[in-house]
Amino acid sequence: MIRSLRADLLLLAAFCAAVLATALLSDDGVVLHFLILTLHAALLSVAWNVLAGFGGQFSFGNAAFFGVGAYASGVLQLEFGLSAWAALPLALVAGALTGVIIGGLAFRYGLRGSYFALVTLAFAEVLRILANTVEFTGAGVGLQLPLAKGVAGMQLDKPGMLVLVLVMLAIALAVCIYLRHSRFGAWLVAVRDNEDAGRALGVNVFRVKLGAAGICGALTAAAGVFYIQYLNYIDPVLAFGPSVSVEALVGAIVGGIGTVWGPVAGAVLLHTLGESTRNLFGDLPGINLVLYGVILVLVMMVAPRGVAGLFARKR
Amino acid sequence: MNTNAPPTANPTAYPNALLEVSGVSVAFGGVQAVADASLQVAEGSICALIGPNGAGKTTLFSVVSGFQRPDGGWIRFAGDDITGMPPHQVCRRGIGRTFQIVQPFAGQSVLENIAVGSHLHRASRREALAHARQVAERLGLGPVVDRDAAALPIAQRKRLEVAKAFATGPRLLLLDEVLAGLNPAEIDTIVPLVLGLRDEGVTILMIEHVMQAVMSLAEDVFVLSGGRMIAHGAPEAVTRDEAVIEAYLGQGAARKLRERRTS
Repeated sequence: MIRSLRADLLLLAAFCAAVLATALLSDDGVVLHFLILTLHAALLSVAWNVLAGFGGQFSFGNAAFFGVGAYASGVLQLEFGLSAWAALPLALVAGALTGVIIGGLAFRYGLRGSYFALVTLAFAEVLRILANTVEFTGAGVGLQLPLAKGVAGMQLDKPGMLVLVLVMLAIALAVCIYLRHSRFGAWLVAVRDNEDAGRALGVNVFRVKLGAAGICGALTAAAGVFYIQYLNYIDPVLAFGPSVSVEALVGAIVGGIGTVWGPVAGAVLLHTLGESTRNLFGDLPGINLVLYGVILVLVMMVAPRGVAGLFARKR
Repeated sequence: MNTNAPPTANPTAYPNALLEVSGVSVAFGGVQAVADASLQVAEGSICALIGPNGAGKTTLFSVVSGFQRPDGGWIRFAGDDITGMPPHQVCRRGIGRTFQIVQPFAGQSVLENIAVGSHLHRASRREALAHARQVAERLGLGPVVDRDAAALPIAQRKRLEVAKAFATGPRLLLLDEVLAGLNPAEIDTIVPLVLGLRDEGVTILMIEHVMQAVMSLAEDVFVLSGGRMIAHGAPEAVTRDEAVIEAYLGQGAARKLRERRTS
């Protein structure tokens, strides 16, 4: 218990205010676009961190939840004529269910560590191939949302989209703050640190892990919903490709897993560095991935507990 | 799996047994770790389970606490059959256990460690932390509540192990060698602690090698050897039992001792 609940919530409010102030001060499309992508990446990392950082289950396939969220929203709008707002909660439920199903199968058979990572990666790949072949997902062509600018279609202008992704991120952070101050969170962290000890103290390990997988799935699906609304488009590689999974985990690892704010710090750091290198090297394709790799190696060597670990209080 | 289910009505042999283990067997491949072992723990008592290394004591604990399914036999706690129940449900029913090799939640503070146990019957984080603080004070961990559990010296880690289990509010505590690795001075501080827990109404079954502690604490001693229960009784009687002496010192040891005493 490092901070009180009140301090955590104040920090969250201050963060939201700071983002909005930055957006207002520089009313510039490029800055807004940068902020939106950064917050979107932060949302992915914060969601990944729920299962991996707090629960100790390292998923390498969060793209599965992301893609399910994006495709659920798209299909519900295009095939079932739902509005984007009505599709949103259903897409979150779909993401949570995906988490519970994949998690349930993996945890039931006691998969941990790299085995869990590989199985989640496999599920994401299977979904990518399915989305690439099945007709109602538009197969390889993907899904194109009809243009419907405005609040009703959740196709907002840039400031509007910034607020939308900020609200999603704020909710994800509020969930993490809840984890730090609740019984479920205490159980989850206990399971991460020592499953048998947790079991001996009455923790239903399977159910706790499943809960975390569900939360992680729903929050990641929110990022997917945001993504399809921002681009008006989704295809199998964008939705289920490994780059989403990598983005999610690199940000959290660089920032510091198992903390509330580490993943946000990591996403901001990576995107700022990515943007600066793009300015330095021009649009060299893939340069940001090279940079991610270098940063990841450096973080592992210098600060294995991430940026947040550098500031953590020594006990 | 459960070959012989417990009788539905409480048998009259042990009317006030809180824990009743009957005919439990566990085999790991070809190794019979526990064979047809039975024991009874009376409510409010302190019982000890002793035996040479590899006798199957910890395996029997694992069976009682739900970590290991028995191949045969049954376990009844407070009148209910708990055979094969998963560990978290066994704990919920009121059996707390410690581990021989201490299992702290490394990286978490002592207080947070204990609070995991407190949460079993307390949903609120604040109440759990307050309760954990009380438990820490009670078990002499008050000064170190904010330390990282993994950084504690061994004697305090053993205390923490007991504190976590005690925080779940158990009726029965299974203590697996909480005195092993401690020096005599440290043992002398933990013995009254265990007595104190019993006086609060917690029944205790302990695995222990430190005979000094077994003699001063236990009312009833069960001796396991080679997976079989070879003796049961008051501590003084059990330590004179020839089968027990042979189990510890080897075949013929009892006779040699007797001869030396008479000559």
